[in-house]
Amino acid sequence: MTPVLQLEEIWKTYASGDVEVHAVRGVSLQVQCGEFVAIMGSSGSGKSTMMNILGCLDRPTKGRYLLDGVDVSTLDRDQRADVRNQKIGFVFQGFNLLTRTSAIENVELPMMYARDSVSSREMRQRSMEALEMVGLAQRFDHHPNQLSGGQQQRVAIARALVNRPSLILADEPTGNLDSRTSIEIMEVFQTLNDRGITIVMVTHEPDIARFNKRQIVMRDGLVRSDEPVRDRLLAREEREALPTLTDPAPSISAP
Amino acid sequence: MTLFATFRLALRALQRNKLRSILTMLGIVIGVGAVVAMVGIGNGAKSQVEAQIATLGQNMVMVYPGSYSQAGVHSGAGGAGTLKLEDAKAIESEIVDAIAVSPGVRTSAQVGYGNQNWQTSVNGEAPEYFEIRQWEIVSGGSFTDQDVRSAAKVGVIGQTVATQLFGEEDPLGQIIRIRNVPFQVVGVLKPKGTSVMGSDQDDVIIVPYTTAMKRLIGSTLLRMISVQASSEERTTAVVQGITDLLRQRHRLNSDRENDFIVRSQQEIAEMATATSKVLRLLLGAIASVSLVVGGIGIMNIMLVSVTERTREIGIRIALGAHGSDILSQFLIESVTLSSLGGVIGILLGLGTSSLLSRFAGWPTLTSPDAIVVAFLFSAAVGVFFGLYPARKAAALDPIDALRYE
Repeated sequence: MTPVLQLEEIWKTYASGDVEVHAVRGVSLQVQCGEFVAIMGSSGSGKSTMMNILGCLDRPTKGRYLLDGVDVSTLDRDQRADVRNQKIGFVFQGFNLLTRTSAIENVELPMMYARDSVSSREMRQRSMEALEMVGLAQRFDHHPNQLSGGQQQRVAIARALVNRPSLILADEPTGNLDSRTSIEIMEVFQTLNDRGITIVMVTHEPDIARFNKRQIVMRDGLVRSDEPVRDRLLAREEREALPTLTDPAPSISAP
Repeated sequence: MTLFATFRLALRALQRNKLRSILTMLGIVIGVGAVVAMVGIGNGAKSQVEAQIATLGQNMVMVYPGSYSQAGVHSGAGGAGTLKLEDAKAIESEIVDAIAVSPGVRTSAQVGYGNQNWQTSVNGEAPEYFEIRQWEIVSGGSFTDQDVRSAAKVGVIGQTVATQLFGEEDPLGQIIRIRNVPFQVVGVLKPKGTSVMGSDQDDVIIVPYTTAMKRLIGSTLLRMISVQASSEERTTAVVQGITDLLRQRHRLNSDRENDFIVRSQQEIAEMATATSKVLRLLLGAIASVSLVVGGIGIMNIMLVSVTERTREIGIRIALGAHGSDILSQFLIESVTLSSLGGVIGILLGLGTSSLLSRFAGWPTLTSPDAIVVAFLFSAAVGVFFGLYPARKAAALDPIDALRYE
């Protein structure tokens, strides 16, 4: 089977004045379908640069990047935009929802930029389905400022899902959340992964990485370790073990 | 993204900053409003002038005596008196396309009837004059060629004179005194209104030119010759023919200028409308300046808007928007802003010109062309001044834009 991600000797070099900075120095990597990968590393390790390359927001200076078997390292700006739209779902640290735009309209956004136009009825239907998957269907008409951080991140995950991408890329998805909400978000990711969705996320919190299946540690632009997660945590159990201080989080509909 | 969706997006973005959008639009509103009102006033003035010129007559050519001194060379005796009755006769007999000719003399005189009296201008003319000037006689009739030959003391009076001297009384057949010479009123003219120069054309008494020369003026020098050309197309030929004929008759060498002036009705119309054309151009230029200023306002606000929404642009590009999607989003926003301003400006301009015509009595005439042009121009202002900010937005790098605080 073709791997979802295949990186071959990826280099990224920035010219900072006269000095050349090598942010990524020859990374080779494969991610198979259905994997749940955490990329770890301290700041300056090159993980953000890796994320931008994986997300087709940036192009590698050298090396080949195959996404779903297609070489995307040589595509131009608009072609990369189409790849992002069709193959990748983004979840950001700061949620990056459009303010003053309702949850469902935020979820519809990727379909607006789909090259094959989607009817507005289908957009609504697919967005509702995506919101249901993250357990927020009843809040579809709320605006981001009426939602908690965890709920906003769920909207962002629904937005990442709506175009049925091959890959979900999450950049520090729990970075702005408290530990309880972080566990809830990881539960969402685990549920989606159980349904066969491939997820790659960047995090610097070892606790969060323990919810993943595979852990890649980067340092100085190189992969230092790449191994499966031993004693993996299940978010549902962790959440249930927490003392119930507030109302239980909205449950996630079963597959 | 469909055009409709982009348009809706633009409307929503504008609604979000209502006050800002309105203030930005104001520049275009005032600019377009000024253009529409100015063009309305300009066209109104033009059509009024044209209507007045039409009252001059039909295919009319006028010959006046020229200046009497030219670089020390004196023209014929009597100063400006270079036109003689014989000149008029020659025009009548030799210019084929001159179908009617009337030699004219002018004087101003005190006229009286009963105990009423009135200062008016007395014109000596041939009976053809009424035909040349398309001037109807509403009661009675014209004097005849026989009256001209015999220098009969008869006259046709204008409406103003009729009202001043006779009031409600019927002037026909009554005897009036012009400089104490008794004249019989044989006809009353139809009102013609104000002339291009602003004088009352109905304040006049028209008598046979022979009578005016002998009884009132005592001179045979003509003040003007009125000629009617056979058609509008022949007018230029008639002007040329008269010029050649009179130069020959006045024995003017090729190095001497005309001692007379020939003007066709069209030339007068062109001269009169030339002033209003310059005026309209000037007003239009001023109004265009305000449109440009309005456009700069739009550009300024769009630049602010792009900076404010850098993160939004980053999100859109990250989620798959092409540069062209972002470009059209901001371009449509600025065009919506400017053309909405244009529509409001057109309404404002129409309102202003109708108020001016109602309360200030200015003639205004708004053509649909001007409205369409004003609208298209305002939309074009939106495109022109929105392009730079929109391109700036479309060229943003998604990584930097997402990081932007």
